[in-house]
Amino acid sequence: MRIDSIRNGIVIDHITAGKAMELYRMLRLEELDCPVAVIKNAVSQKQGKKDIIKIDSSIEIDLDVIGYISPNATVCIIRDGVVQEKRHLALPKRLTGILHCKNPRCITTTEQGIKQVFVLSETDHASYRCLYCDARP
Amino acid sequence: MSRHLLNILDLSVTEIDELIATADDILACPEKYREVCKYKTLATLFFEPSTRTRLSFESAMLSLGGNVLGFSDSASSSAKKGESVADTVAIVSGYADIIAMRHPKEGAPLVASEHSRVPVINAGDGGHHHPTQTLTDLLTIRHEKGRFDGLTVGLCGDLKFGRTVHSLIEALSRYEGIRFVLISPEELKLPSFVKQTYIKEKGLPYSQSTSLEEVIGELDILYMTRVQRERFFNEEEYLRLKDSYILTPEKMRLAKEDMIVMHPLPRVNEIAVEVDDDPRACYFRQAYYGKFIRMALIMKLLGLSAEKGETV
Repeated sequence: MRIDSIRNGIVIDHITAGKAMELYRMLRLEELDCPVAVIKNAVSQKQGKKDIIKIDSSIEIDLDVIGYISPNATVCIIRDGVVQEKRHLALPKRLTGILHCKNPRCITTTEQGIKQVFVLSETDHASYRCLYCDARP
Repeated sequence: MSRHLLNILDLSVTEIDELIATADDILACPEKYREVCKYKTLATLFFEPSTRTRLSFESAMLSLGGNVLGFSDSASSSAKKGESVADTVAIVSGYADIIAMRHPKEGAPLVASEHSRVPVINAGDGGHHHPTQTLTDLLTIRHEKGRFDGLTVGLCGDLKFGRTVHSLIEALSRYEGIRFVLISPEELKLPSFVKQTYIKEKGLPYSQSTSLEEVIGELDILYMTRVQRERFFNEEEYLRLKDSYILTPEKMRLAKEDMIVMHPLPRVNEIAVEVDDDPRACYFRQAYYGKFIRMALIMKLLGLSAEKGETV
């Protein structure tokens, strides 16, 4: 399978296999007007299988979202066909405006203008808790 | 920047020891503290009904020579008109030097602290935290048992929604040799993250049981809780579980001679009134201690002391 390489844009590589579409939705890539390639189950020497997303435009993306969905992913910024920057991600300490608290007793369900914030509570289990009520997402 | 108390873990073990020492001194010499908070005002913002906690806070501030204002349920506040916690607190913190707040929504005191110019004390937020009840519990344990270390503590009833239970476990897990016995029906078991974070990860011994009779003989402290109607969305489930545990004189006969029975109150029927006469029942003494630890806390958060006046 051949996917054209991009000249100016972003490649999200080493996404945990099966997570690309979740990432696609959370990054709202469907709203983009530029070419976006989602490659699922690509061969990976390290992971066996991996997903890749290529975005043919230099857009701002939320690295915390990528770190949350797939902390082992890498993000390559491509300019003029050359990798200008390669970022290795990790689980973000804090997620703001990404997840919503489902606890009906949480203040975030009624208080206006409040940002949804989740904090990393157990790194080993990638476990997050609502800053306000301690509920899991 | 104001110091707030939202969770018992906002206080170090040393600070808790200092608060207990201050409370002891107030109990011994209350007249020394009669004017410590003169010209200071406490606002009690109770968006959920309460008798003990609100009156205890108000009595504490009045006994320190301060003033009190506030409301005792959301129907008599602008919350009924839809005013946010943030707006309410932004206004009230201009009228008072310190705020004690109870709210049915979990995390509301944290929102309040983000918009307040004065210290905010969490006086209970849903099934989440109730740090001043925990301070009261700790003062009670220190007075009744003389120590925190090496105690077997049984927690009985609603361990799922019981915020006093969660806060007490968090606080006691910092002491040596504590062992927990968790007694509840399956449906009201301790949330797994509380068990994981404050018991398992700290390597503390614990056991779980659905039978109070089977384990009561092991306990140094029996902490009873009420199954709270207001925490259930389903009335049928509440009715099914509300009478899960009732402490009776017969069950007390199975307990150690020096075990103490604690309860954050109010009780409904989970402790038979006949138990009240047992000298091991200390829940009314526990409620009495609450005022004094709250006096110590108000002074600490306002930076006041009997000897020096303002300390910060």
